[in-house]
Amino acid sequence: MLSIRNLSVHYGGIHALRGISLDVPAGGIVTLIGANGAGKSTTLNAIMGLVRASGGSVAWNGEEMLGKPTKNIVQSGIVLVPEGRRIFPNLTVDENLSLGAYARADRSEVEADRERVFGLFPRLEERRRQKAGTFSGGEQQMLAVGRALMSKPAVLMMDEPSLGLAPLFVRMIFDIIRQINAAGVTVLLVEQNAKAALEVADTGYVMETGAIGFSGGGRELLDDERVRRAYLGEI
Amino acid sequence: MTEAGNLAGLREAAPSQAELDRRDTEKSQKIDVSVFSVSGSISMDLQTFLQQFVNALSLGSLYALIAIGYTMVYGILRLINFAHGDIFMIGGYLAFYGVGIFAMPWWLSACLAIALTTVFGVGLERAAYRPLRDSPRISIMISAIGASFLIENLAIVLFDARPKAFPVPGLFAANHVVGGIHVASVSLIIPLVTAVLLAILLWIVHRTRTGMAMRAVSTDIEAARLMAVDVDRIVSVTFAIGSALAAIGGILFALKYPRLEPLMGIMPGMKCFIAAVVGGIGSIGGAVLGGLLLGLIELMTIAFLPELTGYKDAFAFILLIAVLLFKPTGLLGRNQGEKV
Repeated sequence: MLSIRNLSVHYGGIHALRGISLDVPAGGIVTLIGANGAGKSTTLNAIMGLVRASGGSVAWNGEEMLGKPTKNIVQSGIVLVPEGRRIFPNLTVDENLSLGAYARADRSEVEADRERVFGLFPRLEERRRQKAGTFSGGEQQMLAVGRALMSKPAVLMMDEPSLGLAPLFVRMIFDIIRQINAAGVTVLLVEQNAKAALEVADTGYVMETGAIGFSGGGRELLDDERVRRAYLGEI
Repeated sequence: MTEAGNLAGLREAAPSQAELDRRDTEKSQKIDVSVFSVSGSISMDLQTFLQQFVNALSLGSLYALIAIGYTMVYGILRLINFAHGDIFMIGGYLAFYGVGIFAMPWWLSACLAIALTTVFGVGLERAAYRPLRDSPRISIMISAIGASFLIENLAIVLFDARPKAFPVPGLFAANHVVGGIHVASVSLIIPLVTAVLLAILLWIVHRTRTGMAMRAVSTDIEAARLMAVDVDRIVSVTFAIGSALAAIGGILFALKYPRLEPLMGIMPGMKCFIAAVVGGIGSIGGAVLGGLLLGLIELMTIAFLPELTGYKDAFAFILLIAVLLFKPTGLLGRNQGEKV
């Protein structure tokens, strides 16, 4: 269980996160939706220690994570697929995947996980020696997800995984999210595609300008008047 | 004059690098004339060319060794390590003191000097650059300029401003005449050492886990952090490699131009930075290409247009301007874009 309480982040004079609280129960899929600039990515980056939180707490199975180096956070099982994929374009597919497992000591299991990733994304195996920069956006997203799975996540956080992808790939990514979750990985999903995100999620949180506006079950929010108006393009 | 006598003379007078280059050129021309005066001018030109080519290759290799340090640090941190030339100077001095004061054998002294310079380079990053890594880029750059001045002036206080003659072991001073080309051992050893070091470096960067992490950090430091890469460790390794290469470069430079002075790192440092930019900063192959090119241009121009000898140091800057005008990313460089 990942439990976030009163998390605050300041960027210079801007109060980007105004003390948000949310729970990600083990084995569930939680989604964070909201407009651009609401603070969704900042939340994920603060959990990972990439941006410094100015207050609050991030407890992972009871252990405080705030203030720890990103390396330790990843090693404790919290893994982020960053916005814009951020694969290493001048490295091969294999090298990208190896970097996902960079800090792992269980070498033999790493190779088994690589086979598992190739099972999930056969495209990656066909092109394992190819530089990742030659891939299409959809393929890069697969690689980014595969790379994150190589870190052996207990919680997989994904920041806008469907952004800029062709509809076919969008459907595929949401399928993959379900499969990963079915395999026992907890998912925290940040999405602009509110409809698709709420369809897969057990719980949704709606963020507005640095704070949680309201929350509810995924299905419940899909039918919520405010969500329909603001995020699903209905009048 | 015999080579030994020549070197004894050097030790006393410790002539400047320009003076030594001029002597090299003169010597080779003299030899060409004496040996080939009968065989005609075409052959003489080829001889001169080969002679200068050997010299240029060794100078270019030296430039390459130092340029690699600039390019690697820039690749990882987008920082121009202005103190890199001074690290090169420290390598030379430490080797000098090992032999001169502690009477060590030259190879032991050289190894220790390389090790200590490496520690110094890593320490410099810890003290002057790491605390500023999250500050605006200009802060860390100013810190690098400050570190450079500090090291230079400390060196004047500690090592004395008067030039010192570097003791050249016989192995390096020996002279060979191969097919009419007149070559000092050190001019052959330098490219050889450079080639071996380059092979080791490329192996580290492309075949080891640490090398893979270095390439990851140099493309996207934040994404590398998300892979649980210890970025501080990778930065330290990068400074260690760069400083070790600079120390080796400093010692080899002192063997070729046996005169040490506290400010000796400035001009080679600047030229090697230019070599890194010309080759495409961030690219190891580019640094090597840039270094070799710079050595070649510098010595070939002196060889064929001796009246331009006084402008020797200007060629590097002309080359820099030309490259920046026509191919700003350098010969082998990619456009990296501005880092966020």
